[in-house]
Amino acid sequence: MKQDIILAGVGGQGILSIATVIGAAALQQGLYLKQAEVHGMSQRGGDVQSHLRLSSDPIYSDLIPRGGASLIVSLEPMEALRYVPWLAKDGWIVTNTTPLVNIPNYPEMDKVVEALHKFPHVVAVDADTIAKELNNPRGANMVLLGAMSTGLDILEPDQLREGIRRVFARKGDAIVEANLKAFDAGAAQHLEEE
Amino acid sequence: MAQKNLLLGDEAIALGALHAGLSGVYAYPGTPSTEITEYIQLHPLTRERNVHCKWSANEKTAMEEALGMSYAGKRALVCFKHVGLNVCADPFMGSATTGANGGLVIASCDDPSMHSSQNEQDSRFYGAFAMMPVFEPSNQEEAYAMTRAAFDYSEKRGIPVLMRMTTRMAHSRAVVESGEDIREQNTLHYPEKPRQWVTLPVNSRVRNRELIKDYAQFEADAVASPFNRLTDGPDKRMGIIACGIAYNYLMENFPDGCPYPVLKVSQYPFPRELAKKLAGWCQTILVMEEGQPLVEEKLRGVYPTAITIKGRLDGSLPRDGELSPEAVRPALGLPAVELYPASEVIAPRPPALCQGCGHRDFYTALNNVLKDYPGARVFGDIGCYTLGWMPPFNSLHTCVEMGASLTMAQGAAFSGTWPAVAVIGDSTFTHSGMTGLLDAVNENADVTLCISDNLTTGMTGGQDSAGTGRIEAICEGLGVPKEHIRTIVPLPKNYPDMEKVIREELEYHGVSVIVCRRECIQTLRRHASKK
Repeated sequence: MKQDIILAGVGGQGILSIATVIGAAALQQGLYLKQAEVHGMSQRGGDVQSHLRLSSDPIYSDLIPRGGASLIVSLEPMEALRYVPWLAKDGWIVTNTTPLVNIPNYPEMDKVVEALHKFPHVVAVDADTIAKELNNPRGANMVLLGAMSTGLDILEPDQLREGIRRVFARKGDAIVEANLKAFDAGAAQHLEEE
Repeated sequence: MAQKNLLLGDEAIALGALHAGLSGVYAYPGTPSTEITEYIQLHPLTRERNVHCKWSANEKTAMEEALGMSYAGKRALVCFKHVGLNVCADPFMGSATTGANGGLVIASCDDPSMHSSQNEQDSRFYGAFAMMPVFEPSNQEEAYAMTRAAFDYSEKRGIPVLMRMTTRMAHSRAVVESGEDIREQNTLHYPEKPRQWVTLPVNSRVRNRELIKDYAQFEADAVASPFNRLTDGPDKRMGIIACGIAYNYLMENFPDGCPYPVLKVSQYPFPRELAKKLAGWCQTILVMEEGQPLVEEKLRGVYPTAITIKGRLDGSLPRDGELSPEAVRPALGLPAVELYPASEVIAPRPPALCQGCGHRDFYTALNNVLKDYPGARVFGDIGCYTLGWMPPFNSLHTCVEMGASLTMAQGAAFSGTWPAVAVIGDSTFTHSGMTGLLDAVNENADVTLCISDNLTTGMTGGQDSAGTGRIEAICEGLGVPKEHIRTIVPLPKNYPDMEKVIREELEYHGVSVIVCRRECIQTLRRHASKK
């Protein structure tokens, strides 16, 4: 079994935390994993992506082949669209709906929404609002992780919860609990949308 | 006990070096190599064993410091990005002549597709140039094992080893099983052949002939190396030579095994005997390599042969940029995969200076002043502030390499450019701007040097900057008149003062330095959250 995931967003949004949690869970389950990250110049507010590959068998390429990703998970709606050439024909897009506008020529929002909903499997989650309602404004990435968790066949939601505990343990129980809540709120969203 | 770690390629090299009994890492930050040194800095073994891990002022000082450690018999690692190898080319070439005493490994990380760099240069060329062995791991696990092997090899053959990696693996994580045995550090001991460490012609002529002989031995070692592997395949219509990470893109496309014979290459000098064997099986050879077509050019030669060579030079593979699983498919005779087309809605999102960054305020003030000087040219340098070339600032006219701002401004000033303004960061200034300032002082060049000092090495993530707290003292020591070393704080409320200072120093016909100092907001946030 294998699963290839594109994580997308804008430098500074926290896509690497999503990757770290999934990575911790995968390592715990003895899965093979490759996770290509973007470091350096693009982290200064540019578009960033991470190729996350999970498999029960050895993985060769650090990059996901185009057309091979079963999931695009994006913290920003336009950034989800940037990687559609990587999406498998039957793949899912799970995206945050709040745009991050740091460029003068950001497209009109309804055009972005329209383009997104042309794809057969889209889950759009207002992760920013949900995270704010939970008093955890920096937890939007964990909301999104929750939203994608039911579409992730290779790891169980409980294994991801354990991943959150491991990754955030050194930041204290309060942060762990807040992130678990954000995760659960995201997971509930996905079910409603389906 | 064997341990499973989720490591970046960079971190795999770092851990391999620590487990090989490393005594010191010497490095200057540069994407994609920075995380090697950072991993060593934070590793418990580093503190326990007092492993040297402080950043060097530049790659040349790093290489020389490591060579000194090797001379003293201990194991040293040097790390930088590919263009850092240019900065330290002199001691690097020299280290092939001196040879290594304690194991010496030089990790140079290339950046094909130029994600964060000014060129695509392929470090492997330097290996052949210096007659030095090159190791090029194809995955993270191999990076760990090959780093350990490289230190042993360096001591066995008395030669530094160049370890080459590219961005994709440097910044990709995978599970690495680390060894159970952590080797002890070497004790202080000096070279058995001391003459070659004094590179006077009388010694170097002798050593050069030895090295030429040794290089043949290095190739024989590469032929026998477990990291180079010739595997037969049933389909002899094509043989494939896959170097480093390119091997992964090959195998990704054949999940059930590659039908063609494959020569996997991870250790150089290029193992010609293995390539000849492959050509005995196949009339057509596809060369897959990440970076420049080094192996392909070597095989292709000038005169026609019976063997057809395919690769980057005949269009079978893209001529530039990094490879990918899909980019290699046509060359492998595989059909294109049906894809969703790229979205037409998206807009590019280039990197930009952070909101609240001091460089922004500096450029705003500089632009306001230069409106009145239509002849002005601004010579930039390497760092976050290079983003000042982009809108909305459009402040820079040039950026070439580390330290070129002030020196290019001098050449232009002598040619009649006025005002000639140089913009450099604090870390780049101490990396290779100081010697240029001495030139400027010696000829009293009519230039204005703006040091945008954010107290850190910003672009690579906030590493220590070598001259922090001493920038004005350095300028004064190099001979800049004290009254023309001006310090300003880049904030919107200070624009009138900043503009006055910039204007006054432009009008001064000699060397002046404006230190524009405010802490990087990224490191400021980090320091605040630590408190």
